[in-house]
Amino acid sequence: MSLDGSWYLCLAAAVFTIGAVGLLVRRNVLVMFMCVELMLNAVNLTLVTFARMLDDIGGQALVFFVLVVAAAEVVVGLGIIVAIFRRRAGATADDLHLLRG
Amino acid sequence: MNTAIAILAVATKVDIAVFVASAVIVLAGAIGVVVSRNPVHAALFLVLTLFGVAVLFVAQEAHFLAAVQVIVYAGAIVVLFLFVIMLLGVDRQENVMVEPLRAQRPLAFLLGVIALGEIFLLAQGTHWATGASQVAGPAGGPGSNVEKLARILFTRYLLAFEATSVLLVIAVVGAVVLARRSETTAAESPAAARVENPLSPTSEEPLSAEPLSAEPLPAASDEPHSAPSGAR
Repeated sequence: MSLDGSWYLCLAAAVFTIGAVGLLVRRNVLVMFMCVELMLNAVNLTLVTFARMLDDIGGQALVFFVLVVAAAEVVVGLGIIVAIFRRRAGATADDLHLLRG
Repeated sequence: MNTAIAILAVATKVDIAVFVASAVIVLAGAIGVVVSRNPVHAALFLVLTLFGVAVLFVAQEAHFLAAVQVIVYAGAIVVLFLFVIMLLGVDRQENVMVEPLRAQRPLAFLLGVIALGEIFLLAQGTHWATGASQVAGPAGGPGSNVEKLARILFTRYLLAFEATSVLLVIAVVGAVVLARRSETTAAESPAAARVENPLSPTSEEPLSAEPLSAEPLPAASDEPHSAPSGAR
């Protein structure tokens, strides 16, 4: 069969942390989006691992829904990014401070 | 039951090798996404990570999800990322060395290390899982993975499944609305102003003077009554 589930969970935790640090460190909006995708994938890996450990197909069903939501989120997010880049050329996350009080 | 425990207990060398190889791929891709200066390279590193995660899905017998991972994530989402990168022309290299906020980067690393340590600490103290097993049905055992997943999706989670279809429709409509270039935003946007900038200093007078000189030309071909209304 496969390895003990704790190995997978440790790997997922590491990938999630890398994604979170990347989201904090990077300035490019597109790369920040990719870091969000990394974090989503880490959570998906965790869900599949728990589905195997508990012998429950519900975890895999949840991963399916996460995939759909991630696809919708990417579509809308990239639409927003395109709209922002159309208004101002070369926008990083620091330039978007219109809502600052 | 005994056979299941025996199967679960044995992890062959092939399993370990598969896990180690795909874990290295996943981690290398994740680090590559974070540290690469070019967004195109970051997207390609993201593909590497997604393939590694798909291999780990296969290793845990989530065959349908592995296929969907490759098709949807690597095939659609990353391609969408690449489209946007190429479309906007933002594939120039970002200067990673310049840091506007001085303390942010060390603080981010510190926060990451703290979060990772916290996760491991929490995981060490207790059991990994609560022990409440099989709420929705068995994941292993006889039968194919696709069949089991489809059965649970179309019976127990049917409402959620339909809700995701509504969500997808909303996302498509939202993307179209966001990407549409309306009349007012096209006039206000700096990109449109930059294109029209060479003409703008002299644009006031020709606009008022041009219809007077241009009007006789359509008026000569069309009827005299319809030409002013067409110009308006």
